[in-house]
Parts: sequence; structure tokens; C-alpha cells
Amino acid sequence: MSVSLPQLVKSPRKGVMPGNPACMGCPHTIGLKIVGRVLGDRAVLVVPAGCTSIIVGYGGKESLDMSFVHVPFASAAAVAAGLAAAFERKGLSDRIVIAWMGDGGGADIGFATLSGAAIRNDNIIAIVSDNEAYMNTGIQASSTTPWKARTTTSPVIGKTEEKKDLATIMLMHKVPYVATASVGYPLDFAAKLKRAAEIKGFRFIHLHSPCPTGWRFDASKTVEMAKLAVETGAWILWEYNRGRFEISPPSKPFADPSKRKPLKDYIMAQGRFSHLKDEDIEFIARKIEENWRIVRMLEKIFSS
Amino acid sequence: MWFRYSASHVRDPLKEAEEDLELFRKRMLSPPMEGAAGPTGTWRIMKPVIHEDKCVKCGMCWLYCPENVVSWEPGRVPSIDMTYCKGCGVCASVCPRKAIEMVVEEV
Ligand SMILES: Cc1ncc(C[n+]2csc(CCOP(=O)(O)OP(=O)(O)O)c2C)c(N)n1
Ligand code: SF4
Ligand code: SF4
Ligand code: SF4
Ligand SMILES: [Mg+2]
Repeated sequence: MSVSLPQLVKSPRKGVMPGNPACMGCPHTIGLKIVGRVLGDRAVLVVPAGCTSIIVGYGGKESLDMSFVHVPFASAAAVAAGLAAAFERKGLSDRIVIAWMGDGGGADIGFATLSGAAIRNDNIIAIVSDNEAYMNTGIQASSTTPWKARTTTSPVIGKTEEKKDLATIMLMHKVPYVATASVGYPLDFAAKLKRAAEIKGFRFIHLHSPCPTGWRFDASKTVEMAKLAVETGAWILWEYNRGRFEISPPSKPFADPSKRKPLKDYIMAQGRFSHLKDEDIEFIARKIEENWRIVRMLEKIFSS
Repeated sequence: MWFRYSASHVRDPLKEAEEDLELFRKRMLSPPMEGAAGPTGTWRIMKPVIHEDKCVKCGMCWLYCPENVVSWEPGRVPSIDMTYCKGCGVCASVCPRKAIEMVVEEV
């Protein structure tokens, strides 16, 4: 089941309205646009604090044409689970409740409620739009900020810890659906949303969202950066759907390291990494290879 | 607001409840609209210009525009709503034919 460009064009929803408050080249808006166009007329978004809380509008003006609820930081997945249960009771089970969070909201501050909703198999789709830091409050490091990335809380040598692998953690909750996605591959993301929407229970999508403001690259390069992350193997697109794990088509060629673009092209294009030395990039390359080993192993385990 | 319904000075509770609901609709519910952050076209430093002769009508600019200001239908050359286009240049960067040129905005 795929989604085509004409299908997205024909959607009754726009997703994101023009003239919203996001920075130029914002990745969240690309993601929200796809969510709106694929699931907009059935979706209710639950949004904790983050850039998205601002992007959706303020002062009586909304810039999404979807229903959504603002909620306190740690509570997104819990509120979403409650809403989903209420819809079910009311006989409105066609509604799709989506907890749309940043990485701070999903991987750190709201992680307990996210984990709780997953382990209860609550009927929600949780999407973490990962721009790899707390952008809305001024680029503080989160647990998904990569090693060595400079942020305002790691301003000199960069972050000293590694990036948390949120998607595999969610997979280990034994939920029916977990996938990674990227704003560089909107049709892949759209297809994953569509497949996730057909399943009942807890579904998780980890969306990679390069942020020009926080990563220090030109606003025109958001998509280029997202694609580079995949083409260098640094971000792996995969999907687990009720027992079957697959590396997604855009990432498939890059399982072979010789097919990948040089990692340096991705790393050095970002101001937050401008202080890195060749040996740092080699270290990152080894870590990426480790991730690929895990993903390949998961594919082997869940291949039936 | 809740206390209004129980207070002794309330003469027509139903009417007041309706007024409150109207206030709620006006103040608490936000309808989707263009320009929630104003005419964001004024943010622009660079402006996208589509060269129709180079365009192959693939729709990539439509798909990726973070601002949703590109109008496009399959088989058509796209157009851009300059009232809200922020001039980020994503469209130019994703265009496979380099049919979109970013030029300096003049006011
Ligand atoms: C309980 C609580 N702590 C802190 C904040 C301040 N705060 C608002 S947005 C934000 C950053 C959110 O980061 P993330 O979830 O990654 O989303 P992004 O802004 O990057 O999209 C923080 C720390 C808050 N609103 N509530
Ligand atoms: S800081 Fe990044 S994620 Fe936040 S609104 Fe700006 S571009 Fe979007
Ligand atoms: S410059 Fe940016 S906002 Fe304007 S049309 Fe291109 S992608 Fe959209
Ligand atoms: S991306 Fe370029 S070639 Fe494709 S429709 Fe837009 S302007 Fe035309
Ligand atoms: Mg973030």
C-alpha cells in the first residue's frame, strides 16, 4: 500500500496553512503537512510543548486544518490514550488520535507516559518529530541529540553522550507497529501513516526532522540534509508491522556501505558539527555501522 | 465563569449560558486560517522564480514546500503564493531541473 503524489494533492486537507509562525525551512511543517493530507479528516492531534505548539498558531488563529489539543509536556501520550478511549466509548472509533511530539517531549520529558501507553497497547499513533534538541526553548541538548553536536547546553566540545535509539526502544515494548521515517521522504512517511492507521493498538513513528535553526545550516537545505542522513546511512528507514521487520525501500541500497555517500558530506554541512575532526567522524561511522548491524539482525529475526 | 449559574443575581441562566458559549467559541476555539502569523511573505530576503520552460511539472516543489504555498496539479506548472512564501529556498533545492531560481527580493 503506497501513497502517490496525485493522492496527496487530492486530499481535502492542506495540513499546514500558509502564513504559519514556523521558521523558514521548518521540518515539522513538512511532516505535519503529510499527516494532514493522509489522515487529516480523521485525526486529532495531541501536542505537548515544543516548536509545534507555536507553529499551530496562537491568539485565536490556527494554522493547521486538523483538530488538536495543547497539553502539558509530560502528558501527551496519556492524554492521547484517554481521548482514544473516550472516542471508542462514544462509538467514534474511526477517529485517529495522534500524539505528535518533539524529541524532548517523546524521548525525555514525556517518555514515561509514552512507554506507559505503549505497554498498555493504547489505541494511538505516537509520532516523535526528532529535530535532535529542545529547539523551542533555544537548542538545548536532548537524549536524541547526537554525540558531539553543539547545543546551548553543550556549547564547546559538543554533547558527550550518544543519541538514544528511541524507535528500537519502542519496538521492544512489543507493540504492533513501529517505524522510522524522514521529512526527506514524504511518500514513504505517508505510506507508513496509512499502514499505521489500519492497525488497532499502539503505533510509533520516529520522524527524522533536520532543523536549520538548531543544526546551523541554510533554510533551503532542510530536505537535502534529511536525504543526506539516509544516503550516508546515518538515519535508517525501517518498518516493523505486526511481526515483520523490513528496511524501507529508500534505505535499502545503503545497507551496503560502498553505496553510501561520504559521511563527511552530511556531518560537515551542519554548523553544530563544524568543530569535528576526522577521527570523530570515523568514530561516528563505526557507531552507524553498529546501528546497521542491529537493524539487519532485527530484519533477520522478524522475517517471517 | 462557572459561578454565574449558581449566583442569585442570575435572571436568565439559559441566555447567559448561551452568551458564554458564544464567548468560548470566539475566544477559545481557533479556526484554521491563512496568515496566523501575519503576511509571512514579508520575511522574504530571497524570492523563488519559476522558469516555466525548464519545469517538467513533477510537483517536487509542491511536495516539499514547508509553507504549503505552492499550488500544483499533475500536468501543470506550479505557482507560488507570494503573500506567505517565506523565501526559504527549499523548492529551488529540491527541483530536479533547477527550474526555480532564488533572486534577491526587492521592495
Ligand atoms: C514541564 C515543562 N518543562 C519545560 C518546558 C519548557 N519547554 C517548552 S518547549 C521546550 C522544548 C521542546 O523540545 P522538543 O520536545 O524537542 O520539541 P521542539 O521544540 O524541538 O520541536 C521546553 C523545554 C515546558 N513547557 N514544560
Ligand atoms: S527551530 Fe527548527 S523545528 Fe523549531 S520552528 Fe524553527 S525550524 Fe522548525
Ligand atoms: S521559497 Fe520556501 S516557502 Fe517559498 S515556495 Fe519555495 S519552499 Fe515554499
Ligand atoms: S520541482 Fe521544478 S520541475 Fe518540478 S514542478 Fe517544481 S519547478 Fe517544475
Ligand atoms: Mg526537538
